[in-house]
Amino acid sequence: MAEVLMQRTPAALHEPEGNFLTENPGLKNWLFTVDHKRIGLMYFWTIMTMFFVGGVLALVLRTELLTPKTTIVSAEVYNQLFTLHGVIMTFLVLVPVIPATLGNFVLPMMLGAKDVAFPRLNLLSYYLYVFGALLAVGAIIGGGLDTGWTFYTPYSSTISGGVSIMTMGAFVLGFSSILTGVNFIATIHKLRAPGLSWYNMPLFIWGMYATAVIQVLATPVIGITMVLLLMERLFQVGIFDASLGGDPVLFQHFFWFYSHPVVYIMILPGMACISEVIPTFSHKPIFGYKAIAWSSVGIAVVSFFVWGHHMFVSGQSEFAGAIFSFLTFVVAIPSGVKVFNWLATMYRGSISLGAPMLYAISFLLLFGIGGLTGLFLGTVAVDVHLHDTYFIVAHFHYVMMGGTLIAFFAGLHYWWPKMYGRMYNELWAAIGCLFVFLGFNGTFIPQFLLGSRGMPRRYYNYLDQFQFLHVASTIGSYLLGVGLVIMAVTLIVPLFRKRYDAPNNPWGAASLEWTVSSPPPTHNFHHVPVVTHGPYDFKAARRLEQMESHS
Amino acid sequence: MSDIAIPAGGQAHAHASPHSRHLQHHFHNSAQQFEASKIGMWLFLVTEILLFSGLFLAYFMLQTRHPQAFIEAHHHLDRSLGVLNTLVLLVSSFTMVMAVQSAALNRIKATLIYLYATFGLGGVFLFVKYIEYSHKFHDGLLLGNLFSYKGANVPGEYLFFSMYFVMTGIHGIHIIVGMGVIAYLIWRTHQRVFSSAYYTPIDLTGLYWHLVDLIWIFLFPLLYLVS
Repeated sequence: MAEVLMQRTPAALHEPEGNFLTENPGLKNWLFTVDHKRIGLMYFWTIMTMFFVGGVLALVLRTELLTPKTTIVSAEVYNQLFTLHGVIMTFLVLVPVIPATLGNFVLPMMLGAKDVAFPRLNLLSYYLYVFGALLAVGAIIGGGLDTGWTFYTPYSSTISGGVSIMTMGAFVLGFSSILTGVNFIATIHKLRAPGLSWYNMPLFIWGMYATAVIQVLATPVIGITMVLLLMERLFQVGIFDASLGGDPVLFQHFFWFYSHPVVYIMILPGMACISEVIPTFSHKPIFGYKAIAWSSVGIAVVSFFVWGHHMFVSGQSEFAGAIFSFLTFVVAIPSGVKVFNWLATMYRGSISLGAPMLYAISFLLLFGIGGLTGLFLGTVAVDVHLHDTYFIVAHFHYVMMGGTLIAFFAGLHYWWPKMYGRMYNELWAAIGCLFVFLGFNGTFIPQFLLGSRGMPRRYYNYLDQFQFLHVASTIGSYLLGVGLVIMAVTLIVPLFRKRYDAPNNPWGAASLEWTVSSPPPTHNFHHVPVVTHGPYDFKAARRLEQMESHS
Repeated sequence: MSDIAIPAGGQAHAHASPHSRHLQHHFHNSAQQFEASKIGMWLFLVTEILLFSGLFLAYFMLQTRHPQAFIEAHHHLDRSLGVLNTLVLLVSSFTMVMAVQSAALNRIKATLIYLYATFGLGGVFLFVKYIEYSHKFHDGLLLGNLFSYKGANVPGEYLFFSMYFVMTGIHGIHIIVGMGVIAYLIWRTHQRVFSSAYYTPIDLTGLYWHLVDLIWIFLFPLLYLVS
């Protein structure tokens, strides 16, 4: 039977052979599936729902900030909205968005495996995510929470409201994230196809590996932090309570020991997507493969030693501040290595400007700005001026949205044909990208200016002189919203039109997931693939494809 | 018994290795599956270590701030009960090793006996902990508003008991979880699921149990032997 299936030629693509979308239909089969592709899609739609909610909240916040005084919501509601926006976007969107969706979907296929190492844990991770999301959102809707997403003590340990439920939600979400990390590390170590050595792996895998290491090492610390905060609230254990001899700043250390590495949990997968898109669309092997691979690992390691740069003004010693400042500069080096290698890959390449590449180029520009402004903030003296201003807000939005999410969109446009077997309209995808790019810059460039002029973050009212820039930022955010809607429509419409059917390998890429049909069969590969060429050896991949279609 | 080849749902497998009935479809052979499971377990143990390392860090920070208070407060703990519990856990680690070893040698009856022994020793540990806790309750050395002990004369003693209850409490939860898993293993061993060809769950539970013991080995001097 396997022999017959192996002889299937690409020309026979659209014969009614089953794929993971159509085989075993029915809600129950989806909800209890252990197929990594289905779990990836379930994650995708759930996370996108949360992203929609978080995005609408952002638009409400921006609308409120149109005028210096009350515009549409009260100050109390405003505080809860920005907390909810922050919690949803960091814990529910940015952390899982690439590993749990694109990672889950393509990682086993890139390795030539049938599934991740622990498929049931993978499903458990999804349900933990859903449960954690319900707790987190329920905490705010039910009890109210206005601590911001950082939950700093002593405020968070003394106010009433939804903090306790929220900390449980963060704990559960951490568990979900750890399970993904454990799964990916074991899968990468043990389920690589014959011939797929470490240096033959697509760089996406290297990025996922580095991400998974951080997930496994950093997340337990936020877990125990949340447990201690809960204990503080329930039993007054006093560990974070200065009046009992404890220390509220210890909470900040704990929190940032997780939450700084976590920004690399967010950005490394983004870089991983970019490392796939750029060589494919430049039709040129990646420049500096090993440098990019090891810089991921370098970022993962150094990311654990920079948390103090969030606490320059928290009463940390000046000596510690200087050390953390230095280490912050060090962590910028591997990111720079990646960026220059991507540029060198594009140099003299034959670049085609498909939607994934447009997003990838946007990423390079936006992440460049986000990364460089990070160096401003990593400098102690400058940070004292800019700390807790809109400059910070603009900086981390450039890294998180301009970096992670734009890279996610690049990856999403790149693998969408593989996920659903449908192509999208390139023109509308480009228009969507243009709106997103312009809208994003329109939103956050004014915020850099606001911050450098002293506008503090999280303020409800502001001085009249800031209004022009606030209005500009709000208009930018509306443009960004329009861009995202265009993108969503562009991606979703083809799902209902059969004439947009995608070929196996629409971009001419060379990694294993493109050798199977779009959408892939339920068990990915009908026979164990043997890897004979590198992940960016596009010529060899094309030769193999031609040989297969002639045989 | 373990080599019964079952065609997994009529799926076409190009590779012709014999299929154990415990082999999941996405692995090529049992060895690969076992190694993957082992990596997964070790990674989980790493997360456990980091979870407790947060507690250790908090302990060290508070202890550095209130060294005298921690010395005063630790006299309220019963050192001999601490020693007893340390011995109980050390012996339970031994019985756990023997359970794994017996399974590897296909001595299923011995495996069962050692699993029962490990479970029982976990129970003894919890019972001793119960005696210690009830003693503290009696003295009013509780958390929050329930802390009614009047003898504390060095500020910060309260924090010692905070750390004591949080650390031993979270450790105790791990013992309970471990006992639950061992109870499951006992049930499955009765059903003749495990043999020398497949005993991965016993092996991995053993790793977990040793880690929980190891954490106690650190907790014991930190809490009972302060100087």
